[in-house]
Amino acid sequence: MNDRIEKQVELKAPVPRVWRAIADPAEFGAWFRVKFLDPFAPGKRVRGTMTYPGYEGMALEIVIRKIEPETLFSFTWHPYAVDPKLDTSKETPTLVEFRLQKSGTGTLLTVVESGFGQLPPGPRALEAFRMNEGGWTEQMKNVGAYVAGS
Amino acid sequence: MSRGASALRRHAPVFAALGDETRLSLVAKLCDAAPCSITRLAAGSRITRQAVTKHLRVLEGAGIVRGVRSGRQVLFELDPAPLEAVRDYLSQVSRQWDVLLSRLKDFVER
Repeated sequence: MNDRIEKQVELKAPVPRVWRAIADPAEFGAWFRVKFLDPFAPGKRVRGTMTYPGYEGMALEIVIRKIEPETLFSFTWHPYAVDPKLDTSKETPTLVEFRLQKSGTGTLLTVVESGFGQLPPGPRALEAFRMNEGGWTEQMKNVGAYVAGS
Repeated sequence: MSRGASALRRHAPVFAALGDETRLSLVAKLCDAAPCSITRLAAGSRITRQAVTKHLRVLEGAGIVRGVRSGRQVLFELDPAPLEAVRDYLSQVSRQWDVLLSRLKDFVER
């Protein structure tokens, strides 16, 4: 079984436009629905708060790995770091990579998230988070409606 | 962004157990067949019975495989539940990226 997720999407926008939407914290935050509080720089820990309706103010943190202009942007994160009661400092994060390539119609974007298998086993005492698991379905419906309507 | 910590932690040992080619090949064999003995699992491959035993213990520890006593020998069979749970979890993460990327598409194309 593959422990990585890979996505490819054709975007009808030139590479510099797509790059800005990914490497600029304000633009990234606009579609990712996060307000970042720090600038992006390699090796830097970037704090943010979610702006998604229903999750406003929840903390999110990513660590920037690579910034290779118009080519590669990567970061690591703990997908569940929004629970303030959980100490994730000892956990291995997953790695998210955005790769951009010029294509006939604009930009071919490849996103890979990997490293799920490196997470050490741990206790399941994360009661606070349980409701978010159920909440995701609801969130998906909202976003589906948003995308369909635009 | 909110994927459920408990889900991820529950699946981590399954991912770890499957992150090995020999173990994956054992899982594949067990998928195709009725419960198998260690001798049968080792047959036709270059893996020793000792190595098969060791890998089966890891898979057993992750809940993917269980040993069932049959007369004087122990047969091993697959428990599909953890594999299905991991697959469901990954497809949830996958759907999340689909949603995020459609938002990004909308954002850069308008």
